[in-house]
Amino acid sequence: MTDTIAEHAATDLERGTTLIEMNGVGKSYGAITALEGVDLRVAAGEVACVLGDNGAGKSTLIKIISGLHPHTAGTLKVDGVETHFRSPRESLDRGIATVYQDLAVVPLMEVWRNFFLGSELRKGTYPLAPLDIAGMRKIADAELKKMGITVKDINQPIGTLSGGQRQCVAIARAVHFGARVLILDEPTAALGVKQSGVVLKYTAAARDAGLGVVFITHNPHHAYMVGDHFIILKLGRRVLDKQRSEVTLDELTAEMAGGQELAELSHELKR
Amino acid sequence: MSTTVATEPSPPPPTTDEPTRPQKPLMARLLARPELGAFAAAVAIFIFFFVVAEPFRTLPALSTVLYASSTIGIVAVGVSLLMIGGEFDLSAGVSVVTAALASAMISYEFSANMWVGAVTSLAIMLAIGFANGYLVVRTGVPSFLITLSMFFILQGLNLGVTRLVTGAVATPSVSDLDGFASAQAVFASEFALGGVTVRVTVLWWIFFVLLASWILLRTRVGNWIYASGGNAASARAVGVPVMKVKIGLFMGVAFLAWFYGQHLLFSFSTVQSGQGVGNEFLYIIAAVVGGALLTGGYGSAVGSAIGATIFGMTTQGIVYAGWDASWFFAFLGGMLLLAVLVNLYVRNYATQRK
Repeated sequence: MTDTIAEHAATDLERGTTLIEMNGVGKSYGAITALEGVDLRVAAGEVACVLGDNGAGKSTLIKIISGLHPHTAGTLKVDGVETHFRSPRESLDRGIATVYQDLAVVPLMEVWRNFFLGSELRKGTYPLAPLDIAGMRKIADAELKKMGITVKDINQPIGTLSGGQRQCVAIARAVHFGARVLILDEPTAALGVKQSGVVLKYTAAARDAGLGVVFITHNPHHAYMVGDHFIILKLGRRVLDKQRSEVTLDELTAEMAGGQELAELSHELKR
Repeated sequence: MSTTVATEPSPPPPTTDEPTRPQKPLMARLLARPELGAFAAAVAIFIFFFVVAEPFRTLPALSTVLYASSTIGIVAVGVSLLMIGGEFDLSAGVSVVTAALASAMISYEFSANMWVGAVTSLAIMLAIGFANGYLVVRTGVPSFLITLSMFFILQGLNLGVTRLVTGAVATPSVSDLDGFASAQAVFASEFALGGVTVRVTVLWWIFFVLLASWILLRTRVGNWIYASGGNAASARAVGVPVMKVKIGLFMGVAFLAWFYGQHLLFSFSTVQSGQGVGNEFLYIIAAVVGGALLTGGYGSAVGSAIGATIFGMTTQGIVYAGWDASWFFAFLGGMLLLAVLVNLYVRNYATQRK
């Protein structure tokens, strides 16, 4: 399972090099500010965990890195070059792949078409060049097998797979196309214990292969298992930013649960 | 279920071959085809008219049916692709006439070669398609409303501009202009084949259906069309240029509307400015009867051809059977309702967990 990630990882990745650097990044939708003054550094061979409650701005943060929404304040540097992604295509072309929370699959399309959607293999470069269908089927099938899932038929619509299987397809796809940075948006939120374990192993494997990983979650336990660096967002602002060595799971959990506010609340409610 | 999520790399299967994947039963594979319902209906309707209408059984009748089908089918190909891409075009009916009028009036008023008018008309049509698409993707207003507006704008322009330029409700005959003969050969000729008259539109129709099928199933753009209609947000997230795809689809409809508009012009050499209203629904019906989902992401070009053939058989079949043609619309409505129900069933079947 680890070898498949190492296979697709870019060869020039050197552990510790900064891949993505955000300085004071903010995003407003009209009058609403979803994110403000966030700094984040994603280094090769490290897992940066972004934690936060619902509405904390986690999704907005990854939408900026994956190119879905451009940021409106601050700077985003990819491989040291200041960047302003205008579409997910641009982000993908820089080796940044995302596993979205809703998985970003098209239910009525076949598994292999979903796997290669947006990055199709073709037998030529002229405008109506035929797709390399046999090749795509074979690769999609092989990649899924490496993840330990065998779909009954690679030609079945992806909507016929179970939630866990769809998640695996989405991850396998991101691993296949994401050579430098892998972004996982709440990958364990909808999964059972065992499947969450698979995802966490994948996260660790991606890290070991030298990729930079951004792991978004609201589960501090999952985050602490794989994270090197933790950021907690609250109402669009960064409230904690610590290396693994500087923080314990208890602190993380307490901060996630509301930290000071929780302490006050429990004091008030003391019986 | 034979599928599992393993936490360890699964051991290599004992045999080197694929793990057993039983081929799905033929029936299940057939039911997954979008055209199946329409094909069954087309066969039933063919048999029905074959039995009740004696003149329907002749080869010339077949030729007439195919011609009638092609007049709907050509634009329906574009409309079905657009619907697979998740959008609608209500302006397709009148824009056919816009294309014919533009072509006729430009050539006539400037005493130019017919091809000058035709090419200018093509540019106008592509601009109309672009406007439809651009407004839809930029504003996010449903294509129903954008193209409904375009429908009325074009209908008004058709009548108004024609009256302004020619002072009448139809264009003068263009049959004397240079290039008319060659344009007619391309858009509106006919030839005898084994005692049957074949209209060139039938050949064009088949060509467009094959081309559209190729695009849909064998090219990257086809993948993007299905994805843009099936889930536009997901498609965009994985790097599909959804906006360009949709604009392109509107322009594709405009191109085919232009083509059919040229056919109208070169077969009658004059165009009535009030024509075309209502045809947009025939194109949509052909696409839906052929298995295209109203919500996008599903359907086929061949399906639209079957839908158009059902239309052709029915319009002509009612005439051959000697019935009042008024019944046609009731039949069309029933057909559409039935198609929608079959589509609903097929879609549920296709997305079922197996």
